[in-house]
Amino acid sequence: MVIQNLHKAFESRIRLGIMSVLAIHKELDFNSLKEYLQVTDGNLASHLKALEKEAFLGVEKSFIGRKPNTRYFITKTGKLAFDNHLLALEKLIHAQR
Amino acid sequence: MKNKQDYFEEISEIRSIMERSSKFTSVSGLSGILAGIYALVGAFLLHTIAGFRPYGILESEADLSGNEWGFFFIGAGVLILAVGTAVYLSYRKARILREPMWTATTRNMLFNMALPLLAGGAIVIVFFSYGLVGLLLPATLVFYGLALYSAGNFTYPEIRILGIIVTVIGLLAFSLIEYSVLLWAAGFGLMHIVYGTLIFLRHEK
Repeated sequence: MVIQNLHKAFESRIRLGIMSVLAIHKELDFNSLKEYLQVTDGNLASHLKALEKEAFLGVEKSFIGRKPNTRYFITKTGKLAFDNHLLALEKLIHAQR
Repeated sequence: MKNKQDYFEEISEIRSIMERSSKFTSVSGLSGILAGIYALVGAFLLHTIAGFRPYGILESEADLSGNEWGFFFIGAGVLILAVGTAVYLSYRKARILREPMWTATTRNMLFNMALPLLAGGAIVIVFFSYGLVGLLLPATLVFYGLALYSAGNFTYPEIRILGIIVTVIGLLAFSLIEYSVLLWAAGFGLMHIVYGTLIFLRHEK
């Protein structure tokens, strides 16, 4: 039953990284996320899209001057799923001890 | 199925990402120690070559013997060397650890340091232009201390304490102008060396 809480969306390290960074900073743009996680544009974009699809991430699009600026934040659903995932990880480690 | 080791690694990776993204951890203890040494040498030169022995706040009471430019170049030299070393060693530490250095956290930290540093710089120039040379060293200490204090939110907590200590030493120097060179050597020199060593031992070993 604990395994159920290990969400499939978090199987990728990068997705887990995105959630971790956004748990600390409420809102970040694409480039800041890229700097923290040290991944390529395409890689990050596809993982962001996946998390967005799960409704774990919210997106806010705006313009800075003429440049489009996309900011990402964790939704309530995402926060709950991430917390549960962490809890499940902890339990698994304890259970196997 | 993954085993315990994998889960454990996952958790520690989450922790490290969270820490990295909230703290500027590329602070190099060695650069603190070097900055302290530059400051000690600077204070010594100030006292000997520039003949800076203030017993009051006015230029006539500072015994500068017309050596304002010596004073200026020593101060600027220490500053440039210290900042240059800090930037280079931080860059090196980040590269060795393969951690990103120029992140939103770094920018936040520098932004928060900028206000006290710019205000301090402006006030030092104003004091200088009024010939209040006795107030220069105490002012640099106070504003640098305040800058470290605000930077402390974004990096190792020791930096915050160092900021408080340097600010207090600066305030003390304001009231003890005769000892301001000595206090400056203590604040910029000794304290940098102490805290540089502390950071090196706690975070880089």
